[in-house]
Amino acid sequence: MAKPLVLHLLLLLICGSALLSSGSVIHPISDAHRSAATELFVPAADGSFGSLEETYEALRTFQILGVDRSSAKFEGTCKTVSEKLSSPTTTKDLYHALKITAILGCRTESIEFDGITSRLQTAVKDASSLLELYYSLGGLLTVKEQGKDVILSDADGTFQAIKALSQSDGRWRYDKDSTGSSAFAAGIALEALASVVSLAGSDIDQSKIAVVRKDITKLFDRIKRYDDGTLYFDEKNVDPDQYKGPLATSASITSGVTAFAAVSSEKLNIGGEKILGLAKFFLSIGIPGTAKDFFYQINSLASLENNRISIPLVLSLPATVLSLTAKDQLKVEVTTVFGSHAPSLAVSLLKVLTPDSKEVTSFEKKELEYDPENRIHFLDLSPLKIDVGKYSLIFKVSVNDPEGADLYATGDQIIVTAFLTGFIKVDKAEIAVSDSDAASESVQKLDLSKDSLISLSANHLQKLRLSLQLTTPLGHSFKPHQMVVKLRHESKVEHLFVPETSSRQYKLVLNFLGLVEKFYYLSGRYEIELAVGDAVMENSILRSIGSIELDLPEAPEKAAKPPAQPVDPLSRFGPKEEISHIFRAPEKRPPQELSLGFMGLTILPLLAFLIGLLRIGVNFKGFPTSAVPATFAILFHGGIGAVLLLYVLFWLKLDLFTTLKALGFLGVFLLFVGHRTLSYLASTSAKQKAA
Amino acid sequence: MAKGTNDAKLLIQSLRKAYAATPTSLKIIDLYVVYAVATALIQVAYMAMVGSFPFNSFLSGVLSCVGTAVLAVCLRIQVNKDNKEFKDLPPERAFADFVLCNLVLHLVIMNFLG
Repeated sequence: MAKPLVLHLLLLLICGSALLSSGSVIHPISDAHRSAATELFVPAADGSFGSLEETYEALRTFQILGVDRSSAKFEGTCKTVSEKLSSPTTTKDLYHALKITAILGCRTESIEFDGITSRLQTAVKDASSLLELYYSLGGLLTVKEQGKDVILSDADGTFQAIKALSQSDGRWRYDKDSTGSSAFAAGIALEALASVVSLAGSDIDQSKIAVVRKDITKLFDRIKRYDDGTLYFDEKNVDPDQYKGPLATSASITSGVTAFAAVSSEKLNIGGEKILGLAKFFLSIGIPGTAKDFFYQINSLASLENNRISIPLVLSLPATVLSLTAKDQLKVEVTTVFGSHAPSLAVSLLKVLTPDSKEVTSFEKKELEYDPENRIHFLDLSPLKIDVGKYSLIFKVSVNDPEGADLYATGDQIIVTAFLTGFIKVDKAEIAVSDSDAASESVQKLDLSKDSLISLSANHLQKLRLSLQLTTPLGHSFKPHQMVVKLRHESKVEHLFVPETSSRQYKLVLNFLGLVEKFYYLSGRYEIELAVGDAVMENSILRSIGSIELDLPEAPEKAAKPPAQPVDPLSRFGPKEEISHIFRAPEKRPPQELSLGFMGLTILPLLAFLIGLLRIGVNFKGFPTSAVPATFAILFHGGIGAVLLLYVLFWLKLDLFTTLKALGFLGVFLLFVGHRTLSYLASTSAKQKAA
Repeated sequence: MAKGTNDAKLLIQSLRKAYAATPTSLKIIDLYVVYAVATALIQVAYMAMVGSFPFNSFLSGVLSCVGTAVLAVCLRIQVNKDNKEFKDLPPERAFADFVLCNLVLHLVIMNFLG
């Protein structure tokens, strides 16, 4: 029970501390992203990724990440796309199809660009919504980039049409009739305006562009911020079906603003800090889970990588757990969001803070050395004499070239959490059994580096003392996150104890007299296990240090039983105990001979009766002689005999109802016959008396 | 003492003489009663020996004997010519009652015998 418990607690502590840190872990886009992209965007057999829009998003992501697009599958995509371009489709499909053609580098000889251009120009003129304008203008720009000649008639009017949909708070509406505005629409609008300016050249009035710059400033007033400097856009007061989420909204605005900044002759008044904040937002997502989110992230970061406002530079630590034992160096990388190299920089470590935000006073500001081969800034930690623990490192990055300082956004203070781990020495480890009056002690030294096990014995009147000291590599006393001593009985009943700390020492005193009830009065062999763990301890201890034979008194009647240990759950399905039924013992019966003997004995009085009758001198003189009465008399006697026979049958096998039925018939017969006989006898005896 | 036994002998002899005077039908009934009681006694002796396990059987056996003896005594009372109370009752009628009651008694006995 303790082993997984201790490990879980350790993991929980490490994870918890990582989550609660003030600096979130940010890494630039790396190969992990590339492999995730190939796993997430899986083309179907014909080379498409679903709809035209999804195919465009997948291919654009591959293009930015440098994933191979020359696969034979995409030959088929080129064909499908060119078919789409020749057939009448929506402006949105045209836009995506043109983009796909450009990304894949499809052969354009078969595509009729004139027809497409005129279709798009008509769409621009007839457009009623922002999205129509966006797609048609985007399409025209893509055609122009292919090298074809594209003219936008009435660029001013188009610009005005887009601008007309803007709101005073910097957001845009989707079309003239809708009342709700959104920031997502603002991003789309800015990109569309940038397309107009690119297509029109110098035809657009610069004052109009200046107005849009003001709109962008107002839009950026709505930016939201996290504590660590991450910035993002989110929607408020929009219809639920119009709500797109912070990632989509921020991505849309990023694309729009960077596109507009590229065409604006004057620099946008945004500031490098906001660009860096947005870059941090996109990077802090890590590896997104859905294809759409992946596209938004990668597309936005690509716009930020080369934008004209300021290029964000990201500081990251390849390793945040540094070992003092292995003499690790503190290594820092400063790159663009895609991991490309940055200009010449100076990275300095300003402060080192402990988890409770106190400064490590022994540390002074140090500049990191630069390794041009690996493009890493590094610092040796051993001369700094920093002890083991969890620290917040505060860095500052500055571009060496003063002119370049404007071009790049490096942020003010960058906070990163790092762990310095080391080997914790265990000193003066002792275990002793002493009597209650502390007179005599049998002390045994514990050497936790060796595998030796000690064995002790004690009774309930004695005490057990375990003490040890922990010191860090720099000689300070160490307080681990966890120190637990477990005593486990042979019957798997466990008890946990936490040693107390005092000045430099950890001490556990177990007074068995007071613990007798807690131990459920179980005597026997208890195994002693020690667990010492911490996030920065390289040599965490989880081992059995020996055993102790405990002699506890007998449990009284009312003592609590030890808790039931978990039963093997599969034993439920095994064979069960056999049940032996107890039947009622049959009554003792007398031996059969005796019963038969007595039956014979019962017949004797009958015989005696018959003999007695003969002796008395019974005769049948009274039996009627004439025919009819004689018959009746015979029937009478016969009837009585029949009833008696019926009774015998009843006893042997008949049931009461049958018997009663038969008896009914016989009884009626007998009554009739008996009456005749007896009345005849009565009349004859009356005649005799009279005579 | 000799007188006592003499007296007892004389008493028994006179009882015998008097008894010999009773009508034959009454003697038959008396013999029947003696037979029934003797059977009952044998059954009780058996029960005393082997225990009363099927108690219902024992009861039914003993009660049949005792019941029929009782009915016979009733018959004797009713048939006896010297009995003034039953002067008007014809003896055949009494006999018919005896037979009927016996049949009912024995039905119940057979049911209870088990």
